[in-house]
Amino acid sequence: MKRLIFSCLLGSFCTLLAAESNFDYGLQAQRVADDVYVFIGRNEDFSTVNGGNIVNTGFIVTAAGLVVIDSGPSLRYGQQMQQAMKKLSSATLLQVINTHHHPDHFLGNQAFAGTPIVALEATRQGIASEGNVFAENLYRLSGDWMKGTESVPPTATIVPGRVPLGGRTLRLLALDGHTDGDLAIYDETSGVLFAGDLVFNNRAPTTPHARIKRWLASLDTLEAITREPGFTAIVPGHGAIARDGAPIRQTRAWLRWLDQAMREAAAAGFDLNEVMARPLPAEFAEMAVGVREYQRSVGHLFPAAEQEALGHAH
Amino acid sequence: MKLFLMIVALACSALVPLAQAANNEAPVDPLDSARWHEMQKMFLAGQHYVFDPRVRVIAPLDADNPMQVPITVDASALGKVREVVVFADFNPIIQILRFYPEAASAYLGFRVKLQQSTPVRAAVRTADGVWHVGGTWVNTVGGGCTAPSAAATAPEWQKRLNEVSARQWQSGTLAGRLRLRVVHPMDTGLVAGIPAFHLQEVKLSDSSDQALMRIETFEPVSENPVFTLQQKTPGRVKATGRDNNGNDFNVWIEP
Repeated sequence: MKRLIFSCLLGSFCTLLAAESNFDYGLQAQRVADDVYVFIGRNEDFSTVNGGNIVNTGFIVTAAGLVVIDSGPSLRYGQQMQQAMKKLSSATLLQVINTHHHPDHFLGNQAFAGTPIVALEATRQGIASEGNVFAENLYRLSGDWMKGTESVPPTATIVPGRVPLGGRTLRLLALDGHTDGDLAIYDETSGVLFAGDLVFNNRAPTTPHARIKRWLASLDTLEAITREPGFTAIVPGHGAIARDGAPIRQTRAWLRWLDQAMREAAAAGFDLNEVMARPLPAEFAEMAVGVREYQRSVGHLFPAAEQEALGHAH
Repeated sequence: MKLFLMIVALACSALVPLAQAANNEAPVDPLDSARWHEMQKMFLAGQHYVFDPRVRVIAPLDADNPMQVPITVDASALGKVREVVVFADFNPIIQILRFYPEAASAYLGFRVKLQQSTPVRAAVRTADGVWHVGGTWVNTVGGGCTAPSAAATAPEWQKRLNEVSARQWQSGTLAGRLRLRVVHPMDTGLVAGIPAFHLQEVKLSDSSDQALMRIETFEPVSENPVFTLQQKTPGRVKATGRDNNGNDFNVWIEP
């Protein structure tokens, strides 16, 4: 029996090693609607085990070619995404859209050389100024999965509005709040809403560039779309897809709580370490990466709340 | 790799009390830092010292922002404290600050810039002359000491140099708390073309000029420093301070 356990352990250890050394993300396209697919990442933090596959990307098959929505966290991811797409469609690449300038959403751009890569102007600026620093950081967090990855900025600025594209109609919404440029894509033809990182599902939102008021306003815009008659599904930036607006409401609840918690803690006189050590409310206790993202968010958001709470001394 | 080393360090630290009990020679560093010997020579040479869990140094194990790592030093369990020196073994500028509690508790919250993962320690000198040492490991991406301050790139902030905002809390669980924030770039001098420019001293005293605490600050203290103290008796507090270029401030913090 002991030997059996040992060989099982050894076996699974070797499997793990093999999986890692192949650097295979194991991308499996999930069908959301006709001709609309997503690759769902893990509800985790970046690690050398997941190689940064913590993000949702997707693609829409149009008569004019494939529209790719976000390119993932690395060169390898972008390459493997293309292989996975080829299995489902023989269509050529039409364009890659970067929803915003966070590294897990655009560092696969390099694999799409020769295809137009489009984004909002603020996203282009963000990638140009911060892309290399982000890439360095992901090398540190994800290790060799990143091999060869370089920050490749988008090649053109996207114009928001309704766009007829290869027999479909896409609605491009220029929003902000998670970052200074958050593009949401509503495929009117299928009723699928790609929300980017404005929406998280059962995974705590990240806030390094957040402006909460703007973010909440963007969530209202997105929720209105989920009430349109043609709506069928929402693809959050992180977490499972949903058939209703629940992830929007959850993201809103988290952000409102976070904002309120920072103000109250600052008004009560707490210091950073004390605020970071506070437990999450029961409502969010099950949220993936909840405690870590809360602590990070305290670092991002508490200093402003603190400044508001301290009076001018003469 | 760093994380692995840290896990080993933490695992080892659990075994240390046994090792310490086994011999009566120099105390063994509970944080198992390769630089402890140097630290000991730098700050405690020829002095009697002990590692003491009553010296609490609180910091996040993983600090995401190396420019603003929150540190809380609480030595209030030790009785009368004369002096506290706070340092980080692996920082390019090792000494962070010193504070001298008088009428205030031996308690101070502040933020530091860290260049890499490091122990952060407080050595606390009690009235009997013994140093009590506590500390914790902080894991960070680093680069905090060689990144320019926000003020260095946005000069309009410097019009508010040494501006103080502050508040006291008189009731509830945090009664006696005093927090103050000083606008200052706290440039380390380690960024090319930006000379060291930092606060050197902050003094807090009551309305009858009795000292509450004196704080000596060095380059690693974060930009726009925020200090958190615990007063024993409420009242008006005078805060004065100066930087290494001779700029000073002198304000009252009302209760």
